[in-house]
Amino acid sequence: MRTSQWSAAALAAGLVVTLAACASADEGGDGDVQTGQELTMLIGSSGDAETTAVQAAADAWAAETGNTVEVIAANDLVQQLGQGFSGNNPPDIFYMPWDQFQTYAAQGFIEPYADELSNAGDFLPALAEQFSYDGEFYCAPKDFSTLGLQINLDAWEAAGLTDADIPTDWDQLADVAQALTTDDQVGLSMGREYARVGVFMNQAGGLLVDGDTIAADSPENAEALEYLQGLIADGSLKFPQELEAGWGGEAFGLGKAAMVIEGPWINGAMANDFPDRRFVSVELPAGPAGPSTFAFSNCWGMPVGSETKDATLDLIEFLTSDEQQLAFAEAFGVIPSTESGSAAYAEQFPENAAFVAGVASATSPVGFQGAAAALADFNVQLEQIGSADPSALLGPLQTNLQAAFDEANG
Amino acid sequence: MPSTAVRPRRGGGLRRGEARSGWLFVAPAVIITAVFLVIPIALAFWVSLSDWNGFQSPLNPRVNFVGLENYAAITVDEGLDRRNFGISVRNNLYYVLLVVPLQTILSLLLAIQVNRAALRGKGFFRTAFYFPSVTSTVAIVIVFQFLFTASGAVNAVIGAFGIDGPDWFNDSTGLVHGALSAFGVSGPPPALAEPGFLGISAWEWLAGPSVAMSSLIMLAIFTTSGTFMLLFLAALQSIGAEIDEATLMDGAGPVRKFFSVTVPMLRPTLFTVLTLGLIGSWQVFDQIYVLGGASAGGTISTPAFLAYRSSFVDLEWGQGAAIAFILFLFIIVLTLLQRWFLKERGPKKRKKSSTSPSTTTEDSAASATAFTVDGGLR
Repeated sequence: MRTSQWSAAALAAGLVVTLAACASADEGGDGDVQTGQELTMLIGSSGDAETTAVQAAADAWAAETGNTVEVIAANDLVQQLGQGFSGNNPPDIFYMPWDQFQTYAAQGFIEPYADELSNAGDFLPALAEQFSYDGEFYCAPKDFSTLGLQINLDAWEAAGLTDADIPTDWDQLADVAQALTTDDQVGLSMGREYARVGVFMNQAGGLLVDGDTIAADSPENAEALEYLQGLIADGSLKFPQELEAGWGGEAFGLGKAAMVIEGPWINGAMANDFPDRRFVSVELPAGPAGPSTFAFSNCWGMPVGSETKDATLDLIEFLTSDEQQLAFAEAFGVIPSTESGSAAYAEQFPENAAFVAGVASATSPVGFQGAAAALADFNVQLEQIGSADPSALLGPLQTNLQAAFDEANG
Repeated sequence: MPSTAVRPRRGGGLRRGEARSGWLFVAPAVIITAVFLVIPIALAFWVSLSDWNGFQSPLNPRVNFVGLENYAAITVDEGLDRRNFGISVRNNLYYVLLVVPLQTILSLLLAIQVNRAALRGKGFFRTAFYFPSVTSTVAIVIVFQFLFTASGAVNAVIGAFGIDGPDWFNDSTGLVHGALSAFGVSGPPPALAEPGFLGISAWEWLAGPSVAMSSLIMLAIFTTSGTFMLLFLAALQSIGAEIDEATLMDGAGPVRKFFSVTVPMLRPTLFTVLTLGLIGSWQVFDQIYVLGGASAGGTISTPAFLAYRSSFVDLEWGQGAAIAFILFLFIIVLTLLQRWFLKERGPKKRKKSSTSPSTTTEDSAASATAFTVDGGLR
């Protein structure tokens, strides 16, 4: 009995000393950067190129500041984040996907740190707005991508098309898609999801959320779906599932689709998997209501009340610096999220100028709290796009978005 | 305990402290059961009644009790949550209706074949049939994905017969709907189009398993029938040769022997197989998860997958737990029903005196099996 009491006392004393040491280390780190921190970073990687680049950047920062960063490439980012938070053991820094950001912010999972960054004012305003919740700028946009139209040059030339034929509106797009369609190649392909179809809705002048009202079942949105149905009926638009490809880029690389609608990530994918594919990326053709594209962005998320906040902030400043973002751009094709960085990017990578040019007309996909489930259901309904009436697709979306919107704002 | 109280005091000496040692010996089992079973179930039940959003412990003070709200959201409140739940129940219902009988019949037939004395290469066949059961489901699903793509091996084979195969894992057409459209019925008659139970119209309830789900049904039968074959094989081998001889002497042919002797003697095993099959197919998850769950127009989603998705992706942990509890109740009720169906009844009336002992043994055997089934579940 006595021994155990003594050992308990010793243990308690040891704990106190350790805690005190921790506390003093923290105080010492005040002002300049903490050292000796072991950070965990969870990323949803697009492939080896991205994982390697992020790891290299994290290692560079770690070596400079005397910390360590373990980079974990998630198999399923959202699931692993949910698991981390529910187990009260979230990663210190992670990719926060755009479609989950509002939900995470509304639920109080993430720290609104962005205003504390020294480069808080450098980000593109549209991105800063995307990662704001309730008027507060939450997290630093990591980078961004817009959608463009990729054209397979071999197929293009084989069909006798020239630079003058590059489509700038819907009719021209339909024409070239028709011209490019052959027995074993479809003119146009893209993911069968809101993140692609929604672009056409915006180009037709439709919106899902118009101010404070949900307008998913507007005639403009129906017009966009009808246009796509016309392409499907012509046989010039097929979705990757129908082409036995995992995503648009794979269908493009395999030569099953002559044009696809993807973002700058397609450069890395083609370089890795289909190095022989000759292609260009051009701006998306404009719809009846003008040009429009989607901008996708992740931000660097930090769990609320993070114990490693100072070190993580420093790491985020490092990762979002123009220099580091341009290195990422070179490694896996994303566009820097700062104004100066994106300008430098357009100069440095002229072949990607179309993606940067898209920024002018880019909007963010709808992502308020609860919208993700409604949009997931819409993606499922889109499987019927070939046969269904547009109102049958948009009606449920309207109802579900309205319910989610009421709940988020109720 | 009362017996020690009436016993004279001096007699207690030898047995003193027995209860305490007893508790000590069962303590590891009790603790493990509590930590890994009782507490998690209680906690999950609490989550299903709370608004926990998956942040920190479900017992932290910011979590509120919301009563049956989560259960209501998926069963009575109109909306996407209820619809998703309804669709997943429908999908799983068709899955169970096809998988359980087919895998039971197939495994029984396989067991009888590999049990035949005259069969050459018995060991080879037993191993071959059992092999899918020891392979990871994930690996099999991925192989099936390749086999069942639009230009895969399966379509190549049926293409040789001039049939244009579907794009299996992406085809959301229900088999019943497909069959009806062959007769020119492509839309619901107005009476069936109204939203019904769980927000799903009768037309959708009657859709039948989708082509994608049917591929998963084939996969499930392929993987599980080996395991159940083994159970049947063990039971068949415990049927003595003298019974075979007696049957032969009574002049029963092979068909009569199968239905009047073999199947009744396999009743406890049949119960085990049906129960395990029922539970396993209501809990189907890994196949769905590997395929992404949302593909094929939502026709392969199941309650187990939906519970996972609501929790981890949509952060509706309460709803996820509520789905899990509803599923739990479902399985319990169905297992009890099936137990009632398989109860020995008939012969009692005719020859009470001679059959009653055998009935009791069989009943106790059945309940013993049921007990291990429950144990095996955990």
